[in-house]
Amino acid sequence: MADFLARLGRSGLHWLALLGRASIFLFRVLSAQDAVVRRFRLTLIEIYSVGVRSLLIIVVSGLFVGMVLGYQGYITLVNFGATEALGGAVALSLVRELGPVVTALLFAGRAGSALTAEIGLMKTTEQLSAMEMMAVDPYRRVFAPRFFAGFLSLPLLAAMFSAVGVMGGYIVGVGLLGVDAGSYFSQMQAVTDWREDVLSGVIKSIVFGFVVTWIAIFQGFDAEPTSEGISRATTQTVVISALAVLGLDFVLTGLMFT
Amino acid sequence: MKLRYLEMSVGLFVLLGIAALFYLAIQVSNIVEYRDGDTYEVIAYFDHIGGLKVRAPVTVSGVRIGRVSDIAYDPERFQARVVLAIRSGQDHLPADSQASIFTAGLLGEQYVGLEPGGDFEVLSDGDEILLTQSALVLENMIGRVLTNFSSD
Repeated sequence: MADFLARLGRSGLHWLALLGRASIFLFRVLSAQDAVVRRFRLTLIEIYSVGVRSLLIIVVSGLFVGMVLGYQGYITLVNFGATEALGGAVALSLVRELGPVVTALLFAGRAGSALTAEIGLMKTTEQLSAMEMMAVDPYRRVFAPRFFAGFLSLPLLAAMFSAVGVMGGYIVGVGLLGVDAGSYFSQMQAVTDWREDVLSGVIKSIVFGFVVTWIAIFQGFDAEPTSEGISRATTQTVVISALAVLGLDFVLTGLMFT
Repeated sequence: MKLRYLEMSVGLFVLLGIAALFYLAIQVSNIVEYRDGDTYEVIAYFDHIGGLKVRAPVTVSGVRIGRVSDIAYDPERFQARVVLAIRSGQDHLPADSQASIFTAGLLGEQYVGLEPGGDFEVLSDGDEILLTQSALVLENMIGRVLTNFSSD
């Protein structure tokens, strides 16, 4: 019994220390953000590897999610003879929830895991220590550009996901199932509000971009410098990011769509 | 060469993201429609507003000329006070116009329909519409039909 309590306490203290390290790390990365402007080349390279190379998976998933939404929405709405409302149903669910959340989950899997593995390997091969030895600040040289790139890319990717999804819903609803093209868009515009729906979705994706990139970079930085440690850190990135995104989504939805 | 490609692809990426945001703003949502520009406010009191919401359309002959900007309960008149924000361009509404709450379709949203009267004076900012007709409440209607039946 005492042993169990001791183990519980130890794991609690372990998590507390982890949270503390993560917060200090975040603070140091944020205070190194001036490097983003000063070393713009590096930032550019990171936006390329984090954002541009995630384009394909985001656009293709967005198209298919939109198509499925169009199909499922149609099946439900046809019972009420209200298939004209399909556009609104597709757009609202994409812009409010699916766009930011699914993009963040895909982003954690596609870019977050890569960031963790890259930084974890840098740490394992002692590149980070080598940089410090050469008086190069790894926070400015490595972490700040990556953090900014993830923070910038996710909202843009989420917007693309929603836009492509709306077109996917159009392809299925109007192209295959015969909903009127005019009412698809007019109904969509009638129910979707710029500030309430679109901007709230953008705010969500900004928060997700912040959190997912933070988790990914910190996991790499905090990884145990062994091959096993890197693999564990990569898994942790995807798992913690997914949980954080879904949990935060609930909180943000409660805050914004009252 | 490598750097040029990098710069161009990042530029394209950012451009695509912003284009998607614009698409969401203009095609998917209705940012343009809500920019009414200058408006003037007219007040109408209703006995019952049914399911009328803030930002519901205000129409004349079915054409949208403004929106509902505020709904509150007036404890002195025991009525609902509805503020209608009407575009400044539409300033030729006769002072004895009637405001009614209608429903778009069987289950659609509710809106305020104005029917112009014959007065030469026009409504201006802060005026009150005296003639109003409340929303139809289904339960009241059914109740009235039932009393009619039972009295026969």
